[in-house]
Amino acid sequence: MLRFLLSRIGLLIPTFIGVTLIAFGFIRLIPGDPIEVLAGERGVSPERHAELMAQFGYDRPWWEQYAGFVGNVLQGDLGKSIVTKQPVLDEFLTLFPATIELALCAILFAIIIGLPVGVLAGVKRGSVFDHTVMGISLTGYSMPIFWWGLLLIIFFSGILQWTPVSGRISFLFFFEPVTGFMLIDSLLSGEKGAFKSAVSHLILPAVVLGTIPLAVIARQTRSAMLEVLSEDYVRTARAKGLPPSRVIGLHALRNALIPVVTVIGLQVGVLLAGAILTETIFAWPGVGKWLVDSIARRDYPSVQGGLLLIALVVMLVNLLVDLLYGVINPRIRHVR
Amino acid sequence: MSAEDTAATPETARPPHPLREFWFYFSENKGAVAGLIVVVTLVIVALGADVIAPHPPHEQYRDALLVPPVWQEGGQWKFLLGTDATGRDMLSRLIHGSRFSLMIGSIVVTLALSLGIALGLAAAFFHIVVSSVVMRLMDVILSVPSLLLALVVVAILGPGLINAMIAVSVVYLPHFVRLTRASAMAEMSKDYVTASRVSGAGLLRLMFVSVLPNCMPPLIVQATLGFSSAVLDAAALGFLGMGAQPPTPEWGTMLADAREFILRAWWVVTFPGLAILITVLAFNLMGDGLRDALDPKLKRS
Repeated sequence: MLRFLLSRIGLLIPTFIGVTLIAFGFIRLIPGDPIEVLAGERGVSPERHAELMAQFGYDRPWWEQYAGFVGNVLQGDLGKSIVTKQPVLDEFLTLFPATIELALCAILFAIIIGLPVGVLAGVKRGSVFDHTVMGISLTGYSMPIFWWGLLLIIFFSGILQWTPVSGRISFLFFFEPVTGFMLIDSLLSGEKGAFKSAVSHLILPAVVLGTIPLAVIARQTRSAMLEVLSEDYVRTARAKGLPPSRVIGLHALRNALIPVVTVIGLQVGVLLAGAILTETIFAWPGVGKWLVDSIARRDYPSVQGGLLLIALVVMLVNLLVDLLYGVINPRIRHVR
Repeated sequence: MSAEDTAATPETARPPHPLREFWFYFSENKGAVAGLIVVVTLVIVALGADVIAPHPPHEQYRDALLVPPVWQEGGQWKFLLGTDATGRDMLSRLIHGSRFSLMIGSIVVTLALSLGIALGLAAAFFHIVVSSVVMRLMDVILSVPSLLLALVVVAILGPGLINAMIAVSVVYLPHFVRLTRASAMAEMSKDYVTASRVSGAGLLRLMFVSVLPNCMPPLIVQATLGFSSAVLDAAALGFLGMGAQPPTPEWGTMLADAREFILRAWWVVTFPGLAILITVLAFNLMGDGLRDALDPKLKRS
């Protein structure tokens, strides 16, 4: 297991170097030199420009600059935002819990509905239920989620007036963040109605963000079930006279889950990409909206840092899924 | 089938033409046929947009702002799907928008596919150093969520339709590279490639004449599915203001324009999104059918 772990971590190193190269190159690829980019629209005098070039080391050869950049990154220094003058890492960490909360609720929503629906569709292959589920999930898979979000706002916030349009919690409530997760913080605050308000703000964005993962999970679960149900050991279990619920729930589902776990892990990238759109629509104060805003106001150090940190998160979660996969499927561990 | 075919003896019977065999499997999938019909309709609409659209896409009717669709109270027969906030006909803009979506899809897929084939074959045929460099580079691209990478590329190049297409092509490149390399590696160990090699075929001939045609089926499926993803991502970029710029009637950009009227005029929000959904769904359905028809492993014999 240790060898497996080390080999997986070893594979990450070239990818990490590549991501730092992209992030490093990003600011240098934008038209204009880094000082002009950092100065923004105000501009700087030629003397000040040369001074700053020397001060930040932009006059040195690029590999020295790159080494310095990686050194800073490894020490957690991702530079400062041009707009707020705050360290990029701090800004990211302040906003990241909101994105995690949203993404976790979205994937939970997707799993809680997608898994049983997929199993049932696989078991009742060819039935009306199966066709309906597959039709809906293909539609969900093809959904432009930014439009889906707007539709849900029109219906639930506009016509029914059940849910608020934007934000994480009503302005009536104010308390110091403890964990950064609004659901937990609102409970801890002890204020009446705070938790309810947080839930009502969260529900639509979570459904929107969870839609594509839900479709993917339902489809994958169904096809994994179909594959497993035709295996010999399932026939054996049936022949032994085990009740169908036991055959499906125990013998089939456990093995069908292996590819499903992989697919759930692969949704991290989908969730983070989707968070960019979902957070923009619902004015959810997470890293996705922050990145779009940063690009719009040309806050390039923030974009650079955000890019690096999000790629790192995706890489780490994929590593975690790989390891988890090794745990539930012992065959993988011994390959190579 | 004609009488001649059925009368033929087994000795002279020839296998069905590949295209006929393909159509046989493809047409078994009802969804795929429906997808194909929608795609053909879209192509016709896009090509004939100037003739079909009742109004020019940029014509502003100042006396008809935010007119609802014809079946709703206050609707006018002049504007079947209503008008937007500056009095432009929704239907005409949607019809013209189909051009952009199809163009975006075609260009992105062409770019990603051709570059992907070149890099994938290079990774399969050339020295391990080339292969590792190419594949690690693809890993890097894959480790950044698609839309974020597209946004970053647009931030470098500047917003606009062409830059959005380049950005989306970069995002989908790794899928084609990996697929080409994997199928090329599988083909290279087969006897016909060895035979071709010992009979003196050069590297380029081996790559493009012997191996590549046999790698095409999964690539065609991926190209169709990539088409729908490209339409979706380009629309998302347009929605975020980083793709096509107003007043271009691109569907994502139209949605972005419509956002402020979301609670007042449902039609300006609903129809562009519906157009995106139908287009993407049609290509996904077609991709599923192509997979059934082209992938020999899944083919039911």
